[in-house]
Amino acid sequence: MLRLQNLEKRYRTGDLALKGVDLEVPDGQIMALIGPSGAGKSTLIRCTNRLVEPTGGKVWLNDMELTGLGAGALRRARRSMGMIFQEYALVERLSVMENVLSGRLGYVGFWRSYFRRFPQSDIDEAFRLLGRVGLDHMVDKRADELSGGQRQRVGICRALAQNPELLLVDEPTASLDPKTSRQIMRLICELCKERKLSAIVNIHDVMLAQMFAERIVGLKLGEIVYDGPPDGLTAEVLTEIYGEEDWEATIRKVDDEDGEAEESLAESLHDDHRAVVLDRNLIIGN
Amino acid sequence: MPVSERAGTKVWQRRERGKQLSIWACYLVGTAIFVYCWNLVSEKTIWMFVWDAPTQAGDLATRMVPPDWAYIDKLWKAIWDTLNIATLGTIMAIVMAVPVAFCAARNTTPSRTVLRPIALFIIVSSRSINSLIWALMLVTILGPGVFAGIIAIALRSIGFCAKLLYEAIEEIDESQVEAVRATGASGPQVLAYGVVPQIMPAFAGISVFRWDINIRESTVLGLVGAGGIGLQLNASINNLAWTQVSLILLVIIATVVLSEWVSARIRHAII
Amino acid sequence: MADISLSASRRWKKPPLIKSRQLRWGLGLGFAIYLTLAFGTTEIDWGRVAEGVPRGARFLAGFFPPDFVSRWDAIVDGIAESLWMTVISTVVGIALSIPVGLGAARNLAPKPVYYFCRAILAVSRSFQEIIIAIFCVKLFGFGPFAGFVTLSFATIGFYGKLLAEDIEDMDPVQAEAVRATGAGWFQWLNYAVQPQVLPRMIGLGLYRLDINFRESAVVGIVGAGGIGATLTTAFDRYEFDSAAAILLVIIAIVMAVEYTSGYVRKWVQ
Repeated sequence: MLRLQNLEKRYRTGDLALKGVDLEVPDGQIMALIGPSGAGKSTLIRCTNRLVEPTGGKVWLNDMELTGLGAGALRRARRSMGMIFQEYALVERLSVMENVLSGRLGYVGFWRSYFRRFPQSDIDEAFRLLGRVGLDHMVDKRADELSGGQRQRVGICRALAQNPELLLVDEPTASLDPKTSRQIMRLICELCKERKLSAIVNIHDVMLAQMFAERIVGLKLGEIVYDGPPDGLTAEVLTEIYGEEDWEATIRKVDDEDGEAEESLAESLHDDHRAVVLDRNLIIGN
Repeated sequence: MPVSERAGTKVWQRRERGKQLSIWACYLVGTAIFVYCWNLVSEKTIWMFVWDAPTQAGDLATRMVPPDWAYIDKLWKAIWDTLNIATLGTIMAIVMAVPVAFCAARNTTPSRTVLRPIALFIIVSSRSINSLIWALMLVTILGPGVFAGIIAIALRSIGFCAKLLYEAIEEIDESQVEAVRATGASGPQVLAYGVVPQIMPAFAGISVFRWDINIRESTVLGLVGAGGIGLQLNASINNLAWTQVSLILLVIIATVVLSEWVSARIRHAII
Repeated sequence: MADISLSASRRWKKPPLIKSRQLRWGLGLGFAIYLTLAFGTTEIDWGRVAEGVPRGARFLAGFFPPDFVSRWDAIVDGIAESLWMTVISTVVGIALSIPVGLGAARNLAPKPVYYFCRAILAVSRSFQEIIIAIFCVKLFGFGPFAGFVTLSFATIGFYGKLLAEDIEDMDPVQAEAVRATGAGWFQWLNYAVQPQVLPRMIGLGLYRLDINFRESAVVGIVGAGGIGATLTTAFDRYEFDSAAAILLVIIAIVMAVEYTSGYVRKWVQ
């Protein structure tokens, strides 16, 4: 369980990005964090694993308080928080496998990682994860040869390779097309369910948030202004979070599309497979 | 494939075995070459001097402080000369580099069989020979002084400027040139309207960049008699006037850092 | 608008590069003043220069034909010495510049380390190889060891600065992602920083090898070994035909190194 207690972040420029946030995420819960740009969503996620140092408050992961940890203990704590990024953030010149294995860096020593001699159990796990997301045929491709959706799946594998208890997901769909966005969100949710992970998903798209999350937290100017179930997001609430706009369309649309959302993951992966086979044929044909 | 099946489990290695072995072989050969070269150099070294060097260095350092600040009065003229050598040399080099560059670029050269090889040879020989060697020769021809320094800097810079410039010319967008040619423009007009606007920023950047390098180079030309602050440096070293030497070194650092700052500012403004 | 409708034709002039008229004229005038001053204070002995023309002709005539034969042994020795010096100084210089470069990258190093490493780079870059060589010869005695130390030191300034700049330009998101996995500092360097900077740094290493060879021809002038020593001797003895041969050999080797390194760089990327 993750508990943020009066978390505060003031940037050196003087901007107060988080104004004492209190938040509790129980085990196994998928929580979406919505809010306008600059509301502090990204800062909140990064303060949780201290990629950004919070200036006040406490972060509890189970019984461990993170803000007081030294460098070594912080690294060990980071292992149990997998992070998924907006622009995938894969190391582009490393292969898919190396990217996934970089999720194990917190567990192996320097020289082992330097010579890429990871324990066989890590490699088995990496193959299993890549198989699960449908990328086991691309193990030795370099990360910059993949499409956006494929890269994000590698990013997911890297986060899961850490064997985390919690996923911190920062705008996973911001650079993807609508269809791939849904596939990725569905994949993240399924994997969380399979492994009983809790997740904080920081997301722009209100519709996607309503579709996939169990709980929604609205952030505005560094403060929580909404915390409740997805269907509690009324026009008034959205106005409160984002400001005045015609929200009726957004809310109704979600109801319309709920049925379509059942499109299965297997099918979508199948599509990708086909595309790859097609690519190969093209290459051979040329 | 680095992925192989062994006893039913998939095994992953970073590289295939053959590739990995060849990489190790490269490392081995590299190390062997290094050790071999090291041995050859070490044979020609009198190690006693080398072990003695730290004491010598300490000794020299104590003799160099404090710098002889009063000596600065005699340096202003030398600094001015150094700046002039760099600036005038750069201007001359640019003027000469432009035609060479146009002859050397594949897409603008008037004749591929005659002029282009000549232009390339000019570029290579100017770049291969250090400005100090140019100065050495020019001092023999023109006599010692600032003029030899200016010419040395100019000759050395032609190759550098022309090379970067002709690469910039070869990278231009051909469709723009084609569009200008399609209007019925003559050869020089095509150059003026299709090519020149595209290479102007690169041209300005290269000039300023070379000027910055030339400031650095002109500080040492005096060592072979070609004017500038190097002349004073040489004299002070020969006279064992170490406090003057340290002042000159400080002046050189200041000049170089300043010129680097100026050139960075100008390049920033252009781009 | 009224103007346009009244006048039959509208005048057009290419807008000037610098918008402000005062600044434009000021810069032009300043430049003109500088040029007059520069030429005015430069002492050029035109008589000596005129005298130099026939001298130069004789000098050039002395270059032809280049004499490879009479000093061949000395040339081979000098070139070999230059090559060894180049190789070891490039390797050692790059090895030393890696810690300095890491320390001089603003996004990696704490402030005091950053300033210290930047100072090393500034000193190494400010002085021409030849000045450093003078001091090295004083400290280590004549011979290739002084040249080796000189070139290594110069390599630190060149390579360290470019490495630091490359690290500062790297994609911070990729670096952050690897940090978020709980990687240690060295693991982070190996997985996040190295893949991003390595290809360019290999290219620059080869480029520096090329530069070091060229510079090794110069440090010999002050006694730091290599082909430069042979060249200076040739000049001092007025054996211009041998000097021409040496210069041609230098040009040939530089071209060879340049083409090889260009080829290797393409292969790496």
